[in-house]
Amino acid sequence: MSNADIYHEMIIDYSRNPINYGKIEDHDVTYHDSNPLCGDSIDIDMKIDEDKVTDIKFHGKGCAICMACSSVLTEMVKGKELSEVKSIDKDDILGELGLENLQAVRIKCALLSLKVLKYALYSYLGSHLDSGDADKLKEDAANLY
Amino acid sequence: MQSTKLLLENTRKDFPILNRLIHQNKPLVYLDNASTTQKPNQVIDAINNYYRNYNANIHRAVYVLAQESTEAYEQVRDKIADFVNIKNRKEIIFVRGTTEAINLVAYAWGRTHVKKDDIIVTTEYEHHSNIVPWQLLVQEKGARLEYIGMDDGGELVLDDLDRLLETGKVKLVTFSLMSNVLGTITDAQRIISKCRKAGALILVDGAQAVPHMKVDIEELDCDFFAFSGHKMLGPTGIGALWVRKSILETMSPFHGGGDMIREVHKYETTWNDLPYKFEAGTPNIADVIGLGAAIDYLKKIGMDNVRDHETELTKYALEKLTNVKGLYIYGTLDMSKRGGVISFNFSDVHPHDVAQIIDEEGIAIRSGHHCAQVLMERLNVAATSRASFSVYNTTSDVDALIRALNKVAEVFKL
Repeated sequence: MSNADIYHEMIIDYSRNPINYGKIEDHDVTYHDSNPLCGDSIDIDMKIDEDKVTDIKFHGKGCAICMACSSVLTEMVKGKELSEVKSIDKDDILGELGLENLQAVRIKCALLSLKVLKYALYSYLGSHLDSGDADKLKEDAANLY
Repeated sequence: MQSTKLLLENTRKDFPILNRLIHQNKPLVYLDNASTTQKPNQVIDAINNYYRNYNANIHRAVYVLAQESTEAYEQVRDKIADFVNIKNRKEIIFVRGTTEAINLVAYAWGRTHVKKDDIIVTTEYEHHSNIVPWQLLVQEKGARLEYIGMDDGGELVLDDLDRLLETGKVKLVTFSLMSNVLGTITDAQRIISKCRKAGALILVDGAQAVPHMKVDIEELDCDFFAFSGHKMLGPTGIGALWVRKSILETMSPFHGGGDMIREVHKYETTWNDLPYKFEAGTPNIADVIGLGAAIDYLKKIGMDNVRDHETELTKYALEKLTNVKGLYIYGTLDMSKRGGVISFNFSDVHPHDVAQIIDEEGIAIRSGHHCAQVLMERLNVAATSRASFSVYNTTSDVDALIRALNKVAEVFKL
């Protein structure tokens, strides 16, 4: 995948003007993670009401790929039922931005926010006892890249 | 010095990797030398020759191959002694690299000599390898790790050192002779003379300095000195630690096993002589020999010539880079205080994006925190881009970098 393909308009725009960037002070769940080798670092805050994500914001530092993917992911999640959110996988994110053939070294940039989202859901569902899917989420998150 | 120029121009043909094309048709412009350098034929051939012609374990067997391998291995100890001016070859220990060297000191010296409430002093511009081993040690011992801060020009604030030394509790001061991020050359003499007066021992991390300037350990007058082979045109997995004999004699072994022993009985063991006490197991013979070839290669060019060449190149690069709109360079621009490592950020473009776009042009630079997160925190950035030079780099490499940065500006509409 060449740079012309990676750094298309949408990626540059999202990285310049990220969507859903910021914090939710009265969040119901928040989670942070980073990529140790490159230093990309993302926090996701969510408001959850009756199994629906009513609001989601992210903040942190990252490259254009990381910021664009975080924007797209949070757009995808906002207003969705938790059951739908849980099933979002990496192809959804990569597909949305045309990054299906991203090189292995950059995959972690693209998927960091998805990993954070999955861990956030796990920590939220873990405290809401009705979910048997929590372990699967944790496993998904750990095996993402 | 016309001959120097010629000598350095000729170096490129010794590095086969420089003939490689990247992304089909772009010649490789390798500017990640602070991370690891490329290897000349002389080093590759020395390793090859060892495996093809005299591979045998050292220090044991009496047959011809073993004599030859032992001799070649031990010769490199002499080459190192000569290269960085060490009077006693028995004070040189082969290790995997600077990281292992510092861990060896933290373990084998630190565990014996560092007590509760003692202070170890490092600096804000250290590589993680000169921070984490000390964190592990002080946590175990209930001791403290303190820092010499860095000013905005990328130089150490030695007042911090004075203040710490005044406590009388400083056991060891450890610092890199050249920063792997900013290229700052540390004022070692001033630090060492302060430490000597206060009775603190001194460790110098020479990983970035030894490949790029003349280093004289005898003159430095430190107590521990570490460096890596792969950053000085040699192979990976080999480096050296020098420790002053009077200190080495008070250190317990690092690894237990073969070659480091004198006599092993069921419940007790006596140790081999120095430095073998600290070289347990079959060492990395081939790469020791490769390191020897790298030293020969650098000696032939002459370290003063290496430094002159890289200084010229860095001066040229700094001049060109400062003219790129939106590009910010970290550290000092004073060439007498810096080596050929340039860290920068380009407008608001993340260093990974910079590195990826210029990779498309065949240019290899590093982006990230460079294993110096404490320094990144100090600079208040998540990451930087870093270009670093070696003997085979030329002004056309710098020109290629500048052209590629213009591409970045295009893509990101700067």
